Amino acid sequence: MRGILLQSAIISTPIEWYIMLSAVLFTIGACGVMVKRNAIIIFACVELMLNAVNLLLVAFSSYHSDASAQVFVFFIMAVAAAEVAVGLAILSMIYRNLKSIDINVLSKLKH
Amino acid sequence: MSTLLLNIPVTQYMFYFLSFVAILCGMMVVISKNPIHSILYLILTFFSIAGHYLLLNAQFLAVVHIIVYAGAIMVLFLYVIMMMNLNEKDEPNKKVFLKIAAVGSAGLLLLTLVGSLKGAEKMVAAAPLNTNVGLIKNLGQTLFGEFLFPFEISSILLLAAMVGAIMIGKKDPVK
Repeated sequence: MRGILLQSAIISTPIEWYIMLSAVLFTIGACGVMVKRNAIIIFACVELMLNAVNLLLVAFSSYHSDASAQVFVFFIMAVAAAEVAVGLAILSMIYRNLKSIDINVLSKLKH
Repeated sequence: MSTLLLNIPVTQYMFYFLSFVAILCGMMVVISKNPIHSILYLILTFFSIAGHYLLLNAQFLAVVHIIVYAGAIMVLFLYVIMMMNLNEKDEPNKKVFLKIAAVGSAGLLLLTLVGSLKGAEKMVAAAPLNTNVGLIKNLGQTLFGEFLFPFEISSILLLAAMVGAIMIGKKDPVK
């Protein structure tokens, strides 16, 4: 019963819809990176973009019945975890020195 | 056969519902002014993406996604925001012109991504659909067979990230 239910999710939903969904999520993430000025929220939007790509990889993997793409999603998760740990450490150091994480304050290279 | 026909709309509705939640919460991440609310909406988005993984027969990945993203990464975000004590008042705001330009260019990006689908071939699912792909047994065999070397490298990456985060976050002894 459970096998039939889960199998029909792949048969009944065309892959194009998953591509559209990932495209919309990726665009929302890109839009957030451009709109926001708070560096932490920009990080969060980058995570959203990574997850859109992960969703697409998993969709293709189950359409092709191939486990390799899901292993790639593991690696993306590991890289994301490392990136967030180092990035947030850098941001908290910036906040300690400048008392702000507004990205417009971090423009010393320009002058 | 009758159970199969009955079940098709259920998963379809679940797809619609989860997509709606994911897109709505994703937009709220960008729209909301309070950083804490943004992160909480992002957690909701991650939960709906985990639901999509379940629909796509990636059960183990769904569990790992909830543990790693909702459980570890988002808690890290929330801790850092609470440590800096940010709220709506000190949320910097961009000029309206820049916001409109950003949303417009994001819309163009979406148009390009969706438009590139137009000429694509119609894809069909693999003929003997293997529903056991997402189970831990199959994934483990692939991970420790074909991808053993990248797996070892990623452990070094995580170690380097851990040491790096501690080194960066340490107080400067000179001051």
